Amino acid sequence: MATNHNHNLAVDYNYDILKLFTVASVFWGIVGFLAGVLIASQMAFPILNFNFEYTSFGRLRPLHTSAVIFAFGGNVLFATSLFVVQKTSRARLWGSDALHKFIFWGYQTFLVIAASGYVFGITQAKEYAEPEWYADLLLLPVWVSFFVVFVMTLKNRKEPHIYVANWFYMAFIVTVAILHIVNNLSIPTRLDSTQSYPLFGGVQSAMIQWWYGHNAVGFFLTAGFIGIMYYFVPKRAERPVYSYRLSILHFWSLIFIYIWAGPHHLHYTSLPDWVQTLGMTFSIMLWMPSWGGMINGIMTLSGAWDKLRTDPVLRFLITAVAFYGMSTFEGPLMSIKAVNALSHYTDWTIGHVHSGALGWVALISFGALYHLVPILWGKKELYSLKLVNTHFWLATIGIVLYIVAMWISGITQGLMWRTYNEMGNLQYSFIDVLKASHPLYVVRALGGLFFLTGAGVMAYNFYKTIKTNS
Amino acid sequence: MLKHHDKIEKNSIILLILTVIVISIGGLVEIAPLFRIESTIEKAEGMRPYTPLELAGAKIYKREGCYGCHSQQVRVLRDEVERYGHYSIAAESMYDYPFQWGSKRTGPDLARIGGKYSDEWHTRHLINPRDVIPESIMPGYKFLIERDAKVSNISSDMEVLRKIGVPYTDEMIQNAVSDAFIQGSTDRESDKFIARYGNKINIRDFDGNPNKLSEMDALVAYLQVLGTMVDFAKFEPMTIKEFNDLQEKIKTQNNKNNEK
Repeated sequence: MATNHNHNLAVDYNYDILKLFTVASVFWGIVGFLAGVLIASQMAFPILNFNFEYTSFGRLRPLHTSAVIFAFGGNVLFATSLFVVQKTSRARLWGSDALHKFIFWGYQTFLVIAASGYVFGITQAKEYAEPEWYADLLLLPVWVSFFVVFVMTLKNRKEPHIYVANWFYMAFIVTVAILHIVNNLSIPTRLDSTQSYPLFGGVQSAMIQWWYGHNAVGFFLTAGFIGIMYYFVPKRAERPVYSYRLSILHFWSLIFIYIWAGPHHLHYTSLPDWVQTLGMTFSIMLWMPSWGGMINGIMTLSGAWDKLRTDPVLRFLITAVAFYGMSTFEGPLMSIKAVNALSHYTDWTIGHVHSGALGWVALISFGALYHLVPILWGKKELYSLKLVNTHFWLATIGIVLYIVAMWISGITQGLMWRTYNEMGNLQYSFIDVLKASHPLYVVRALGGLFFLTGAGVMAYNFYKTIKTNS
Repeated sequence: MLKHHDKIEKNSIILLILTVIVISIGGLVEIAPLFRIESTIEKAEGMRPYTPLELAGAKIYKREGCYGCHSQQVRVLRDEVERYGHYSIAAESMYDYPFQWGSKRTGPDLARIGGKYSDEWHTRHLINPRDVIPESIMPGYKFLIERDAKVSNISSDMEVLRKIGVPYTDEMIQNAVSDAFIQGSTDRESDKFIARYGNKINIRDFDGNPNKLSEMDALVAYLQVLGTMVDFAKFEPMTIKEFNDLQEKIKTQNNKNNEK
């Protein structure tokens, strides 16, 4: 593996576009968390829907999910991938400033068009694929440009090997493109209409949608962020990745197995049984590569565990990987048909998603952003490590409140729905079960508020870091 | 393994191509066979395309994101069948573009909501859910009753749906607007409308205001037809033998096609 390269040869890395993506990440993160706190509060106190169509839960929920996944998560992935590919290739970002600007502003325009559309009731009615046909079309050239810039930078690399983080980033970019195109094949009702119908209906549309939906998790929220892990954890710990062999195994098995897991969203439905069983089988197998990746990330700290005490940024990164391990154990468990019979349609799913989204995706993003901001803006260090620590605890308490509330609420729902009385009739009406969830919805909203406050602390810390002369 | 992997990680194009191959396999195996529709969707008597008014209601259902809190899929589990009715079969959602099975039940399943409550109940419930269910956390949709149902362009929806597989006839598409008004009132000539869609349609003023065809009319018309099309007294799940016969038939058909 050893190669002779001249480390004195300074590369003029392009940070301009990364700064924009970083600022956008923080902005959209706060928008998305705020929307989340609002809709969580609506479920505790329905009066907060204000009897107003533009603020009803049904229209704001896609705003929340798109803002956190595609806007916050997406901008973090742009910022980190375009940073990592330059650093690990020791090559300047390929392409002109105009092309980079097109990627940035094109993506933000896509987000604004999609998000404002939801509020006005414009949606494809497919979860995590709500943007309508014209927004989907706009995303295509943006994504292709992103892909070209990434791959061309790789091609210009001065290192013989492509670093493992880039394998994951590339798999993320190309798979998301395929998912996006196939799941959004549709015909506009009229060319002047904001509405379209998908090419597939009924059971086929269900399968394609969850093939898309689960791999949005697998490739957008996992592969992309695993790329972050493979660069930022070793960098911050100042240690090499624990096992090179494990990372090869991790990469190929993860991307092969993930694709099969979608049907576990459709257990006991009218989807043919053989597909459900196949989906369950691969979902359980997925546990192995997931934990392989987790072990590779956490064990990178071997010999540097003391850094966890002194570096709150590393604490974000490692806690994220621990949450990744937890939710990738919970996921296969919930994909088992017998467990899914209880957990599906309940708040348990919501809790599971958030242990992944808040615990894994958001925490590793925060860690990466804390590492990036001083570098991009040419500062020696962050304004305050103490505030990083404050953010860490606000976020962690928020996550714990959130997922514990949803576990209790979800399992309660699952059990109450199937409880029979001595006469052999169902014991509880639907509304009885909903009433039981009320206090837990209050706790959940509170957890979200903690998490949002933490993000506010981070934004302040970044503002001061950038403004401070050092 | 490490020695061979060296080649892959030194060449971005090889890495890219291998990645695309590896991620394609699972999707192809799981999705492609579903398009052999004969074995995926059991035949069920009674399925018909939505009427123009119901279709306008389905659009409102999607616009408001109802699927975020309500499923339309009764799973094959004892308590669900007792709570909601016969488990859902694939044929029942064959005209839903896209499917509306949902993923969360903050509110109850709606796959068989049709006919369970009166129109008046639905209207009052949609205006302010807490008027009929004090503990409900559903948002109110008062504006539905104040707004005209958008049916003037519904025929272009039907044309697109026909292109992608819903069997709307020319006659249905030409008469879409008047059919919508016929369904939402009690005093219009409805024989031809019934001839087009069959006699299992609800024709009445759904929202309690006969002077207006409102979005409430459309949404309630949609809700009232959900899960009522298939007559489960006549529905027999496919036996293993029938399934095997069908597979055999498909196989011979394919062989014939291949020979051609």
